[in-house]
Amino acid sequence: MARYLSIFLCCARACLVRDMTFRANFLLECLTSVGWMSMNLAFYLLVFTFTSEIGRNTGWTREPFFAFVATGLIINAIVQAFFMPSAEELTEMVRTGGLDGVLVQPLDAQFLLSMHRFDFSSLANGFVGIGLLVWALVRMEQAPPPIAWLLYPLTILCGVAILYSLIVMLAAATILMGRNQSLYDFWFYLTNFSRYPAEIYAGPWGSPLRALCTFVIPILLVVNVPARVIAQPFAGQTWGWVAAAVVAAGGALLLSRVVFQAALAKYRSASS
Amino acid sequence: MMALLPPSDLQASAREPGPLQAWMNSWRIWWTMLVICLEERLVYRGDFILGTLMRFLPIVTQVFLWTAVFGATSRGDIAGYSRNDIVAYYLLTMVTRAFSSMPGLASGIARSVRDGSVKKYLVQPVDYIGYLLAARIAHKLVYYAVATLPFAAVFFFCRSYFPPLPDASTLAAFGLSLVLSFFLGFFLEATLGMLGFWFLEVSSIVFAYMLVQYLLSGHMFPLDMLAGIPSGIPGVSLASLVHWLPFEYTAYLPAAVWLGKIKGADLVWSLVIEAGWVVVMAVACRIAWRRGTRRYSAFGG
Repeated sequence: MARYLSIFLCCARACLVRDMTFRANFLLECLTSVGWMSMNLAFYLLVFTFTSEIGRNTGWTREPFFAFVATGLIINAIVQAFFMPSAEELTEMVRTGGLDGVLVQPLDAQFLLSMHRFDFSSLANGFVGIGLLVWALVRMEQAPPPIAWLLYPLTILCGVAILYSLIVMLAAATILMGRNQSLYDFWFYLTNFSRYPAEIYAGPWGSPLRALCTFVIPILLVVNVPARVIAQPFAGQTWGWVAAAVVAAGGALLLSRVVFQAALAKYRSASS
Repeated sequence: MMALLPPSDLQASAREPGPLQAWMNSWRIWWTMLVICLEERLVYRGDFILGTLMRFLPIVTQVFLWTAVFGATSRGDIAGYSRNDIVAYYLLTMVTRAFSSMPGLASGIARSVRDGSVKKYLVQPVDYIGYLLAARIAHKLVYYAVATLPFAAVFFFCRSYFPPLPDASTLAAFGLSLVLSFFLGFFLEATLGMLGFWFLEVSSIVFAYMLVQYLLSGHMFPLDMLAGIPSGIPGVSLASLVHWLPFEYTAYLPAAVWLGKIKGADLVWSLVIEAGWVVVMAVACRIAWRRGTRRYSAFGG
């Protein structure tokens, strides 16, 4: 474990050195990333000029909703910074045969393939997310109880674990298909469902969609659970949400491991 | 008389095509470029179909979001849009974006400048902007061929959100605004790409453009919602300010035309302005190409 941690830190340091070599580019990437996020925040502010709540009696008024958005920013920043760049590189590695070099290393292939390239500029949104969270929480009528502060980091980790598992399974599809640009787009569009409170998915079409995105592909648990823990009154059913997130994260990690190993077993080298 | 001319001039005179022949030659070259680009596009058709279908997914979340917003407020409409209007608006902007979005155009031009591949268009009798236009038309034709079915299915499924079919003149105006939005989107992005002659790397400029475009084109929400928001200039709302820019013609206008939000003289005036923007951007693109190629230098094979 210590060996893996030291390799992880070594890769992180190398990527940070690389980013700092092109400081202007790094700064520009941070700015563009924050610009995109600011545009979305402007849209939400516009929405709240027409309504005081997202969904009737859902409790997602302006401040809790912005705490929700902030939680999403933090989780996505972690995933985009630490896992997504490696997964994006995998497509080319499969096509060019670069994957062979990884498979002969005396390390776990999944670890090396999913955690060797980092994009620190993506963390900029995470820092803005923390600022937005503080802004929202100090304006809320009720401060979160101490137990919420304890469970919040845990449920954030569960959200990250679910998204990581999804990325790994899509990476496994890359190994099987050779080219899957659309599947990465699929990841982007699928995570789009996690951007809003689960309560908005109601009615004859919304309820089945909500069930699908909670129990089959647990994408709705990613942001909803930590945001509910920190921004909604802590009640008995919150424990149920937390338990669901922990189980979903564990199950997703396990399933992604199985799928990835099965895909590797089917891999045929593309190199000469 | 002809016999008095030197033999080389005689041959040149015999080869000189007439205006009709020249036009035919030019048309043949353009047609060949279009066919090649069509074949290129169809190589990864499976990936293409999957990508097209998935573009509808964000609309689903928007439908649920606005349904929740309307569910929480007692207002019957927001900025003149009922809940059904907003859903129809988002679906119609998908159609508009299918015409006006030009993925990879600006970055492709800048890349061809950077890696030197643009020089082949300088020595061949092929107009680079014409080639890019043919390639983009081919891309769009394939896209429409593939996307018509999913689009038709989604629109049929969501037909209850739409108002009754507009009259023939509105439909014609809608069609014209779509065609113009294609040309406007093309020349806007091509001009951005031409900046590659000066900056080499334009990805940051393109990203900034995409941000502004996404926000101010009406892709994100109907621009009428900005009507009550001050711009900082006394007496001028943000919506009025946005109307002076070309972006709204690449998403908002055709959708608003279909939904009957712009009618009569306003509609005619909007189409005239859109056509004006197309001309302005086409000229800007041509000027950027001429000036850019004048300062461009390359060597090697």
